[in-house]
Amino acid sequence: MTVDAVIVGSGPGGSTAADILTAAGWTVVVFEKGRNHLLDPDDLTRPAAEFSNDEIKFLHRHFLGPDPLVEPRTFRTHTGDGDRIHVGEVNSIPSTVGGGGTHADGKVPRFRPDDFALASTYGPQEGADVADWPLSYDDLEPYYAEVERSIGVAGLAGSNPFAGPRSTPFPMPPGPPMYGALLSTAAAERLGYHPYPAPTAANSVPYDGRPACNNCGFCARFGCPIHAKGDPVAMLRRAMATGRAELRAETFVSAIRFRGSRATGVTFVGPDGVEHTMGARAVVLAAGAVESPRLLLLSGLAHPLVGRYLMTHFQTAAVGALPRPLHADRGRTVTHLHDDMLVGDHASAAAAAAGGLPWMRGGMVEHGGAAMPVLEAQRYPWGEAHWEGMLDSPIRRRLWVLTMQGEDLASPTNTVDLDPGIRDARGFPVARITYRPHRHELVASAHYGPRLTAILEEMGAEWTLVATSPGLASGRGETSVAIPESRHVMGTLRMGSDPETSVVDAAGRLHRFENVVVADSSVFPSSSGYGPTLTLAALAARAAHLMAGTGPASPPPPEAVTGPTPINLGRARTPL
Amino acid sequence: MPVWLTDSEYRSLSAACDRMIPPGDGRPGAADAGVPDYIDHLLGAFCFDPPRIWAGGPVSGRHGGEPGFGDFHRLGPLDELAWRMRIEGSSGHPEREFNGPVVGLQQRFRDGLAALGADFCDVTPEEQDARLRRDPEFGALVYRHACEGMYGAPEYGGNRDGAGWRAIGFAGDVQPRGWSDDEVSRP
Repeated sequence: MTVDAVIVGSGPGGSTAADILTAAGWTVVVFEKGRNHLLDPDDLTRPAAEFSNDEIKFLHRHFLGPDPLVEPRTFRTHTGDGDRIHVGEVNSIPSTVGGGGTHADGKVPRFRPDDFALASTYGPQEGADVADWPLSYDDLEPYYAEVERSIGVAGLAGSNPFAGPRSTPFPMPPGPPMYGALLSTAAAERLGYHPYPAPTAANSVPYDGRPACNNCGFCARFGCPIHAKGDPVAMLRRAMATGRAELRAETFVSAIRFRGSRATGVTFVGPDGVEHTMGARAVVLAAGAVESPRLLLLSGLAHPLVGRYLMTHFQTAAVGALPRPLHADRGRTVTHLHDDMLVGDHASAAAAAAGGLPWMRGGMVEHGGAAMPVLEAQRYPWGEAHWEGMLDSPIRRRLWVLTMQGEDLASPTNTVDLDPGIRDARGFPVARITYRPHRHELVASAHYGPRLTAILEEMGAEWTLVATSPGLASGRGETSVAIPESRHVMGTLRMGSDPETSVVDAAGRLHRFENVVVADSSVFPSSSGYGPTLTLAALAARAAHLMAGTGPASPPPPEAVTGPTPINLGRARTPL
Repeated sequence: MPVWLTDSEYRSLSAACDRMIPPGDGRPGAADAGVPDYIDHLLGAFCFDPPRIWAGGPVSGRHGGEPGFGDFHRLGPLDELAWRMRIEGSSGHPEREFNGPVVGLQQRFRDGLAALGADFCDVTPEEQDARLRRDPEFGALVYRHACEGMYGAPEYGGNRDGAGWRAIGFAGDVQPRGWSDDEVSRP
C-alpha cells in the first residue's frame, strides 16, 4: 500500500497538515500511537463522547497517556549525571488522538515579530546558540490567520499593545473573564502593565458546528466534553470528512524508511503488536519535540543536530491567597495574559547586566488559578489538618496564580537522545531528556518573580510565594524538581537555511531528505515566551501548503465574521 | 463485601482512612464517604468487565443529560498491560519486566495493612496514628488514594452520593449545565 503522505502524530501539527493536504486532494494516513478518545469510532467525522469532568481519569489515571509504566522517558540534567537519574514521567504531553491539543486550555497567542529574529535583534549569549528563524513574522502571518480560523480562536484585536500586526480580526470575541482575572488585571494595570484577553481556542459563540464553551472549568489538563475547544478536533474532523484520510490509532511508527535522498514509507507496530510497512510519497513528522527526534534516531538517522537544542519554558509561578473565594474552578482556567515581561524595560535590562547577561527576556504571564480538590487535598497533611486545609481552602478556592512562561535559550547541551538501557513496552529505546536551564532563565526568573508577587499583593493577597519549574533547588540534586513541568517543548530539529547548523529548511523539509517534512515545535530555533501551539500549527499549515502547491485559504467575507460584542470586552475596567 | 481486600484488611483500611480524613462536625469521615471502597475497587479493578479504571463520559447525569460515567471505558492492549503492572505488579510475567520487576499496588497495600497489626482497629486513635507514621511511604500511599476516593467522582466507589464534594462546597462535574458567564465573572 502506498499513500500520498503518511502523517506521524495527530496533534495540532499533524492534524493541520492532514486538513490541508486532504483539501488539496492528497490521500493521507494519520498514525497515532495513543488511543482515540476524540472522534466517534463509528463515524470519525464526529467528536466522540469520552471526555468528561472527571479529575480521577484525567489527572490521576493517565487517561490521555502516555502511561509512564509502559512508555517511560528518562532524565538527567547533564552528562555528568551518568546514564540517567530518573525513569518514568518526563514532560509527557498527551499521547492520544489530538495530542497536546486535547489537554491544553487553549491559550494560543501568536509570537511577536522579534521572536523570529532573536539573534539579529538582541545578539548572542554565551553558552547558547541564539538564532534567527529562516522566515519572518510577515511570512507566517497569513498562516497564523488561517489556523486561527480553522481552530476557532476567540480574542480581541488591538487589546495587546505588544502584538504583531494582524491581517484579520479574531474569528470570535473573547469569552467571559474569570472573576479573579478581573481583580488581577486591574491590579496589573495599576502597576503599569498591559493585560489583555488571552487568545483562546475555546468557542465563545457557536462556531464551525461546535457549541460555545459553557465555562465548566475542567479545562487545562482535561479533554473538552462538548468539543468547544477546537484544537485539533476541528482539523481532524474536516480531514476525515474528505474521505481521503485514514486514522490509525494505537499504532506506533517505529522507523521511517529511506532510500537514497528520499523516504519511501514507514514501519509501524499496530495494536496487534506486529510490525508492518506502508509506502508513502511523503512523510510528515509531527510527533512532538521529544518523539519526533526519537523517531529519526530510531530510523538510524544519527546526526549531531538531531535532538539538540531542546527548549521548554522556564515557569515562574507567583501564587497568592486572597481573603475571599475566587471560584477559579469556573471558566477557561486562564482568561488573560500580559506580555510586558517578555518585552522588557529599563529595569530588566539593568537586571540582565547585573546578572552578567547581554540581554534577557521573560515570557507571557498567565492570569489564572485553581487546583482541583483531589490535588488540593493531597497537598495538606492528613488528620485534622486535612479539614483545616480543605475548609479554608487557601490553595483552591482562594488561590490566584500568575505564571510566567519564560523564554528558554537554546543550549547545545540540552538534548533528546535514545536511552541506552530503558525500553518501552513495545521494546524500543525510550527518549532520554538531558536538560538544565541556562543562567539567562534563572536571572530572568529572579528578576520577575518579585514583580509578579507585587501584582498579587496589589490585588489584596494575604500571602504569596514564588515557585519555579525547574526548581531552583535543581542544582542540589533534587531530581523531581529538576524536571521541567512545562509541557511546551521545542527545538530538537532546528529550522534554518544552512544544513551545517540546522536539520530542516524553512519549508520544514529535512535538508537530507526532501520528502520528509517536520510539522511540530521541533523545528523552532528559539522558544519565545508564548505557548507554541499556534505557531507550530501555522508552520505546519505553511509546510503543507508548500507540499501541495496551494496557498492559505482566504478569510471569509466580512459579514460572516462575528465582531466583538459589547458585553464581554474582558477588560478589568468593564463595569459588571 | 470487599471486591479484592479481605474483610479484615478492609476493616484496617477503613480505620486508617478515618484517621487521615476523620469524621466530625457533621462532616463524613473517609469510611462513611466510601473511601475504602474506592481503594478496594482500584485494587480489584480487573474483577470487573470492563475494568474499573476510567469512568465513561461525557456526563454523569447529576446536572442533566444521560448518565454515562458508570459505563467504564474498555482498555486497549497497552492500557491493560500498564494497569495490570500498576495494580498486580510484574508478578514474574516476562512481558511486564522489560525494565525490571514492578511491585504492584495490591502487594503494597497488603503488606502495609499487615504491618499495621491485626489489632489495628482496636488500639487507641493515638496508637493508630503512630503506626501509620511508622512507615511514611505507606502512609503517603494510603493518603494519596484516600484523597482520590474522597473527592473523585462517586462512580469510582468513593465520595458516596457526593459527600466529599458537599463537605467542601465543590460542585463536582457540572456538564452539561456548566456555569453562566455571570457565575464566572461576578464575585
